[in-house]
Amino acid sequence: MKLRGLIPLFGFLVLVGALAFGLTRDPRILPSELIEKPFPEFALENLEGSQIIDPKVLQGKVSLVNVFGSWCVACTTEHPQLMAQRDNPDIQLVGIDWRDTRDAANRWLVRHGNPYDIVIFDPNSKLIVELGVTGAPETFIVDREGKIRYKHVGIITPKDWKDTLRPLVESLQ
Amino acid sequence: MTAELGHMALILAFCVAAFQAVIPLVGAHRNSARMMEFGDRAAVGQFLLIAFSFLALTSVFLSSDFSVKLAALHSHSEKPLLYKISGVWGNHEGSILLWVLMMAGYGAAVPIFGKSLPPRLKARAIAIQALVGAGFLAFILFTSNPFERLNPVPMDGNGLNPILQDPGLAFHPPFLYLGYVGFSLPFSFAVAALIEGRVDSVWAKWLRPWVLVAWSFLTIGIALGSFWAYYELGWGGWWMWDPVENVSFMPWLAGTALLHSILVLGTRHSLAGWTVLLAITTFALSLIGTFVVRSGILVSVHAFAVDPERGVFLLLLLGIATGGALTLYALRAHTLRDPVPFNATSRDGALVLNNLLLTAALATVFLGTFYPIFIDALDGSKISVGAPYFELTFTPIMCLLILFMGIGPMFKWRADTIKRLRVPIMLTLKVAALVIIAVALLGKSILGALALGLAAWLAFGTVLAVGRKSNWSRAGVRAQPASTWGFAGAHIGVAIFTAAVTSMSVWGATDIGTLKVGDSLSLGKYTYTLEDVGGGQRDNYNFLAGDISVTKNGRDVTTLSTERRFYPVRNQLTTEAGLHLSFGQTLFASIGEGDPEGGFVVQVYRHPFVVWIWLGALLMALSGFVALADRRLRLPSSKEVAE
Repeated sequence: MKLRGLIPLFGFLVLVGALAFGLTRDPRILPSELIEKPFPEFALENLEGSQIIDPKVLQGKVSLVNVFGSWCVACTTEHPQLMAQRDNPDIQLVGIDWRDTRDAANRWLVRHGNPYDIVIFDPNSKLIVELGVTGAPETFIVDREGKIRYKHVGIITPKDWKDTLRPLVESLQ
Repeated sequence: MTAELGHMALILAFCVAAFQAVIPLVGAHRNSARMMEFGDRAAVGQFLLIAFSFLALTSVFLSSDFSVKLAALHSHSEKPLLYKISGVWGNHEGSILLWVLMMAGYGAAVPIFGKSLPPRLKARAIAIQALVGAGFLAFILFTSNPFERLNPVPMDGNGLNPILQDPGLAFHPPFLYLGYVGFSLPFSFAVAALIEGRVDSVWAKWLRPWVLVAWSFLTIGIALGSFWAYYELGWGGWWMWDPVENVSFMPWLAGTALLHSILVLGTRHSLAGWTVLLAITTFALSLIGTFVVRSGILVSVHAFAVDPERGVFLLLLLGIATGGALTLYALRAHTLRDPVPFNATSRDGALVLNNLLLTAALATVFLGTFYPIFIDALDGSKISVGAPYFELTFTPIMCLLILFMGIGPMFKWRADTIKRLRVPIMLTLKVAALVIIAVALLGKSILGALALGLAAWLAFGTVLAVGRKSNWSRAGVRAQPASTWGFAGAHIGVAIFTAAVTSMSVWGATDIGTLKVGDSLSLGKYTYTLEDVGGGQRDNYNFLAGDISVTKNGRDVTTLSTERRFYPVRNQLTTEAGLHLSFGQTLFASIGEGDPEGGFVVQVYRHPFVVWIWLGALLMALSGFVALADRRLRLPSSKEVAE
């Protein structure tokens, strides 16, 4: 037996170790330390490129922060739920446009409708990494003080809205 | 009753597989013909039992028997027939059942087509195939029973995910699985060869057609998935480097390398250890693909159910199968010594280079796909890797590969010189240069010109290679074996694919606007006019439809019908793009929200030669099947050997 022959096995064992570790880390769970903490600091342009957005926009209103992208298929499915809340006065809809180009995002929003009061443009995953987001769509509920209160991973279904998100938003008013 | 019978058949299949995994191995060790023959019969029996079970599940879906939980969750009585059938594998349990069905099918092919194989090699391979199969059968029976009953019985089913209700996607998983699972045969034979401690050209020659079959099916499967994403998702992209796409692409890259290295092994009796390692790797990557998709370890746009228990089971299967094979490799690899050293300028050398580049490409895709998990494991931070990484790292390697593909096949086996090939290489270079200059002038894009030049280089080099093989005579062309046509077709398929990807990304155009009936948008010579908008209800959805007529320089080209569909059962919205597929300009439009007064949002696209992306891939796959007809791949039948 030669040591060289062990290389593939060794590489594979490292991979299996990482995969096993990955299994214990549900990518859909926010590192718990973020819940009840202030929204992470950031300073990013809005989608139009006309101003710099920072966490101050989350003060004073209950906000629903939604991660989306024009490349995200599931976001299209979720979109009608957000559109239904477009005119809801109790809640500020903030979109984070992730891994996208301004052009593609604008087209997508024109085509499917724009439910957001503010869209933060994050092409290089700066804010996304801070938030521990691994996929889109993903949604955060932020209270009036700018603290993250809840994280929802994946599509918001009508049931999710009715059973979890709406009661939470109402309780935060 | 049907469900219970199907379940019973599955349990029996598991028992058969368990015996099949042990008895032939012992038989091969003791050289007992009877015990080895048991494997032959068990392989066929196991396949028949699983086929019965699969038919039972299909019949449950067809009869809309919603007392079976799986049908209740994924079917609906009003669903069209085709989607009732595809619903069988459009979910986790059914798709794993399809997996074991195919695994047993390939296993049953060994005794049927492998009569001339050395009996011990055959017995061992059949046993290994059953061992992996038994693992998957246990996975179904213990964690994902498709025949589970539901009480109380619901009035109607939950419906199949509407985004999956599409002919392209109905056939995408079966083809993908035929490819994935097809690589289980090279795996089983690689392990069997390691147990025997020898790999020879009989091994390589018998296995090569099966590698070709698996590779061709996988190519079709990936192309179908890409085509589906293009027209169903309606945003004009055909590949987005999503983890779920990447994990289907990695076995393809490894399989392509295997296809070429097994050629060297069959012809020159070298690269034995490397080929065995590739065979193991390719199937391991197929297993990893299934693991990633089914465990939800990487979040992707393709939403699948996450179930940690299933993830652990699959990881265990992956670990035992691949870990076991690689341990065996570590113990035995030194016995598979290559007798002849390489000459860099020869066909062998070119194929080694091919393997190096494909492996490098595989490594970049692998790293990009799994980097988020490694980083999370090291320091707990969550990152994601996007398309820019892949475009930056993968594309240059592929360009280099195509560069060598253009001239590699002209080299002779064993030893050759560049000097001997100076004339054809210079000729190919001139053709490529001509194309580059012409495209740069006409298309006004340097990048496009270089990429099309590369495609021309490959296509012309391939034609030259075929011409030289047949001494430029008609008789010579006719005398070419099937594998020559397989090689030529597949390489030209790559050239077509390269050219199509280039023209799509360099010269494609899109625009968006809010149109009232009668308004229009223009893309170059093409004018898109919104003619009519209507709505209504059909099958299991409501729709808003728009008719968009397209004219080129004032002459009618086509009318595109685009729809937005709403599926009430699932509360889901999909967009059906109006598509005019053409060998030249593919025109395509999709309608968004709006109202007759304010106008409707309409997006229009013009994609030149985009269909050649999939036609190129299809040509590659068909060439794989053509190469199967090569007589040289046949082993002498046992009768001929006896004579």
